[in-house]
Amino acid sequence: MQRQMTGARMVVQALKDQGVEVVFGYPGGAVLPIYDEIFQQNDIRHILVRHEQGAVHMAEGYARSTGKPGVVLVTSGPGATNAVTGLTDALMDSIPLVVLTGQVPTFMIGTDGFQEADTVGITRPCTKHNWLVKDTDKLAETLHQAFHIAMAGRPGPVLIDIPKDVQFATGTYAGPKQARVSHYQPKVKGDIDAITKLVELIEQAERPVFYTGGGVINSGPGASQLLRELADGTGFPVTSTLMGLGAYPASGKGWLGMLGMHGLYEANLAMHGCDLMINLGARFDDRITGRIADFSPRSIKAHVDIDPSSINKVVRVDLPIVGDIGHVLEDLLKVWKARGRKVNKDGLAKWWGQIEQWKLKKCLAYKGSTTTIKPQFALERLEALTKGQDRYITTEVGQHQMWAAQYLGFEAPNRWMTSGGLGTMGYGLPASIGVQIAHPDALVVNVAGEASWLMNMQEMGTAVQFRAPVKQFILNNERLGMVRQWQQLLHGERYSQSWSESLPDFVKLADAFGCKGIRCSDPALLDDAILEMLAYDGPVIFDCMVEKHENCYPMIPSGKAHNEMLMGDAGVEGAIQAGGAVLV
Amino acid sequence: MSALNIKQGSTSHSAYELRDPHAEIVETHTLAVMVDNEAGVLARVIGLFSGRGYNIDSLTVAEVDHKGHRSRITVVTRGTPGVIEQIKAQLGRLVPVHEVHDLTVEGPAVERELALFKVAGTGERRVEALRLADIFRANVVDSTLESFVFEITGTVEKIDAFADLMRPLGLIDVARTGVAALSRGI
Repeated sequence: MQRQMTGARMVVQALKDQGVEVVFGYPGGAVLPIYDEIFQQNDIRHILVRHEQGAVHMAEGYARSTGKPGVVLVTSGPGATNAVTGLTDALMDSIPLVVLTGQVPTFMIGTDGFQEADTVGITRPCTKHNWLVKDTDKLAETLHQAFHIAMAGRPGPVLIDIPKDVQFATGTYAGPKQARVSHYQPKVKGDIDAITKLVELIEQAERPVFYTGGGVINSGPGASQLLRELADGTGFPVTSTLMGLGAYPASGKGWLGMLGMHGLYEANLAMHGCDLMINLGARFDDRITGRIADFSPRSIKAHVDIDPSSINKVVRVDLPIVGDIGHVLEDLLKVWKARGRKVNKDGLAKWWGQIEQWKLKKCLAYKGSTTTIKPQFALERLEALTKGQDRYITTEVGQHQMWAAQYLGFEAPNRWMTSGGLGTMGYGLPASIGVQIAHPDALVVNVAGEASWLMNMQEMGTAVQFRAPVKQFILNNERLGMVRQWQQLLHGERYSQSWSESLPDFVKLADAFGCKGIRCSDPALLDDAILEMLAYDGPVIFDCMVEKHENCYPMIPSGKAHNEMLMGDAGVEGAIQAGGAVLV
Repeated sequence: MSALNIKQGSTSHSAYELRDPHAEIVETHTLAVMVDNEAGVLARVIGLFSGRGYNIDSLTVAEVDHKGHRSRITVVTRGTPGVIEQIKAQLGRLVPVHEVHDLTVEGPAVERELALFKVAGTGERRVEALRLADIFRANVVDSTLESFVFEITGTVEKIDAFADLMRPLGLIDVARTGVAALSRGI
């Protein structure tokens, strides 16, 4: 099907043909023709944000919770530059996005025109790929290619910059089926010899561990299912990065909890002491490895990843397998079953005995209080009162994010949306709205800190306008908690600029936005307050006043190894030494 | 478990080397990168090198297939084997990149660079410059009574050597193209 139409209409037509239902955006001079087309149709819903950064994070929340690409439409210049943080966030966390930006007309490019910015230049390092389309006849094909590239291989954000004259001009539209087949076709099947070798290692391992990451989630729900089958079939323990939570259920018998800097004692010691590490779609991030020289020193390391550049980037591995997790796990299970489902039962029994010993440490224990709400307690209660519900959690960045990862359990993939790689404060509120737009009837909670939350609080207006009943669960310690913790550990308790003075009254703020505000500072009243939040049919800002100086444990201090964790009752003086002090 | 005899750093794919990629020896490699000749492709490649802190010793780029819109970028880079592997993998995942060839490890290759040298002088120095140019098979492409411009093609080492000889003889300006390289045979 080929038709003549304007560039602006092509944009809307291509989005429809790609199955897009929602666009998050903000209008402006350079995208007016596209907004005019959006006005004249009813297939695509437009969510009007309050700031372009919010639009990108909403699209991220939408993408992560659905597995579909998130779509953003913003204007030139400031519209595009405001989207940069979200693009970088999506690139770091491998989230598929298609971002459309307006541009000044082609004949004005390079003249420093009003609201002109070199958008493709600025976004080149923070997108998987980007295009400036100067010819309306090339627009349809570029749009279809963009969706392919955002989703194929390791997913990521792509951007198309569309000058205003290209939107007005008429050209030929071709549907997705007519588009040229892209040469970009990353390989998804793993090498079968390498997979067989991994099965041999699985059969013999005495102290194995699955180290799973966001790649399992990105591979689709089938991959999580296969992981469960493999982990439960072999009886191997499973730990996960922050990005991979939910791929293996928290109630599963092999679950060790999250690993890494604020990971669980048993998970980190299993990584340190294992003889076979099976990395599935994780990337040996510095939050995970700690001191590289002492990272899991006695293990054979296998690494399955769809991105060849992730392999041997940080940690040298013995058995790399390039491929999609779902495809590799499918082949792996086939081979393992065909060879008789063998594991080293004696070795495993001893290994689990050791792990049970580590679990006795109860690393998430904290000192309770009857007068102050401990942040850990608040999350334990949130977990208890929402258990069994199909619940979606987003977070901001900081201590609350780590506590949420530690104290909330995730039973299914695509239920946990957090800024992992970039660590973007201000991610959670807009992300929660994007999730809620995709799942209108689900419970969506943003676990937040008050400082992060303020960074994109304008998006409460979006939540109210579009009746997205997101619950903003703010653990308010009136501090930049993680910064404060590091200043305590590393900078002699000189708390430079890490407290929040002149905070708004969050209940009045809720009132001003036209949603519900709840405040709670008494542990005895917390359950009722949380139930009130859950029962309310609409957006809620929950101001949970918590202990101001709580630290997040366990913690691997910077520059230390997995077996050098700090626990909750430990002294923290001098915990980070000179070598670790330069690390973030 | 070591009975399974997995080589350290080895992989099942020919794209990876069996050498130890973490040995701390800095090597120089010549990479040929086949790319779509589209706007911004060179900026993508250069941005990758600067953004990730890799070295570029020399870089040349030109369209080599007009009909297929294909350009060839030849990069001479330096790094430990691990870094070189990363550079190749990072280049390989750029969307407009079709192929990445490491000419240094894929077998023998010819490498050539073209340079222009402006040498000013009179009398015996001028005669000596001309004589040396003849030995190096450099062509005179411009001459005045006080100067020559020599054109020379050869390996980087040959051009370096010629530059060293010309310097005391009045070398005042140099233009070099950077290395172009092809594998030998078919």
